Amino acid sequence: MIAVVALLAGVGLGLWLDPTVPAALQPYLPIAVVAALDAVFGGVRAKLDRIFDDKQFVVSFISNVLVAALIVYLGDQLGVGGQLSTGVVVVLGVRIFGNVAAIRRHLFRA
Amino acid sequence: MSDEHTETGTGWPQPAGPVRPGGPAGEPDPRPDAPDPDELSPLSPQGRPEADDAEPAESTDDPVTDDGERADEASAVASAGPAAAPWRRFSSAAVMIAVLLALLGFTLAVQLKTTSTDSSLAAARQEDLVRILYDLEARENRLRQDISALEDSQRQLRSGEQGRQAALEEATRRADELGILAGTLPAQGPGLAVRFLAGSKPISAIRVLDAVQELRGAGAEAMQISGGDRASVRIVASTYFLDGENGSLIVDGRRLTGPFTITVIGDPSTMRTALNIPGGVVASVAGDGGNVIVEDREVAEVSALHVPSTLEHARPVA
Repeated sequence: MIAVVALLAGVGLGLWLDPTVPAALQPYLPIAVVAALDAVFGGVRAKLDRIFDDKQFVVSFISNVLVAALIVYLGDQLGVGGQLSTGVVVVLGVRIFGNVAAIRRHLFRA
Repeated sequence: MSDEHTETGTGWPQPAGPVRPGGPAGEPDPRPDAPDPDELSPLSPQGRPEADDAEPAESTDDPVTDDGERADEASAVASAGPAAAPWRRFSSAAVMIAVLLALLGFTLAVQLKTTSTDSSLAAARQEDLVRILYDLEARENRLRQDISALEDSQRQLRSGEQGRQAALEEATRRADELGILAGTLPAQGPGLAVRFLAGSKPISAIRVLDAVQELRGAGAEAMQISGGDRASVRIVASTYFLDGENGSLIVDGRRLTGPFTITVIGDPSTMRTALNIPGGVVASVAGDGGNVIVEDREVAEVSALHVPSTLEHARPVA
């Protein structure tokens, strides 16, 4: 409940403040968002599995974001930033799909 | 939280067991007896979690509710330990989660807004920029070629227009010349005014025709003859002269009364010489008792027009 409220508050804050993304962060922000989404879906699934652990969620959230950004940064340094970020997005997308499938099974028994 | 949870990076725990080797986070389960990945994610726990796992999951749902909610569920499962310690822990963790999720929402909104509104090149990657630049250069080349082709055609059209204009000027000049020769256009220029003053005998048509022939031979370009009542008739190739009654003259069907004046455009000295040759026009008229007065005109005006007859039989040879 508080999580949903916080998410909505963040969205509202982002829409209201309307900040500009610094140029240095621009390649990493989308990947970080996708990684965070992956962590959030994992958390929702764990909660439905009744094995949610908040500390683990916090750690995994932060580490997911940092690792994803780090991978993209490394890829940019190596000159394969575009391909590597595509790979990261693919991997995270597959995981999100799996998590969503589990959540769906929990919610709809199908 | 407990030692049965390992870091998976996804937010749900991996139950530690003797049958489960701890693999790197996020890696698929390499075990051959792993369940169907579609059926179960490789990161999902194998067995059902213990009962005390439900307790933190339940508490994060709404950790700021009253203690009564804790009393009915959490205390039923958990031991009768100190309730204040987990409350504080969950509260701080919940705050942390809330902060993280707020951050996520914030960045999500910012990113969505940036992606939807910022279509400028500032957000593009380097290789995309290179590709865009390449596309623009190719387009520029194409447009340059278009420009040169269009300039070529413009040059051609301009020269064609100039040629057409020159042809039009030439045609106009020829039409003017032919109009003056055919008597359909008024003309002016240096020339003579030849007055025939009748003596005892009226001026006959033969004398006038002689004068006209002499003037033509001397290079006259345009002529008209006018009578005493200022009526004028243009003299062209087909003009005829007849003697009328009472010393009048019929020119092209029009009756002119004397004295007659022929206004002619041409070289004045040549025409004067042609008129004054011995036995010429002046001498003949003088022999008839009349007189011919030849006056030089700086600007002789031949303003009478000849109505061209419609050609019925003659056609231009194409």
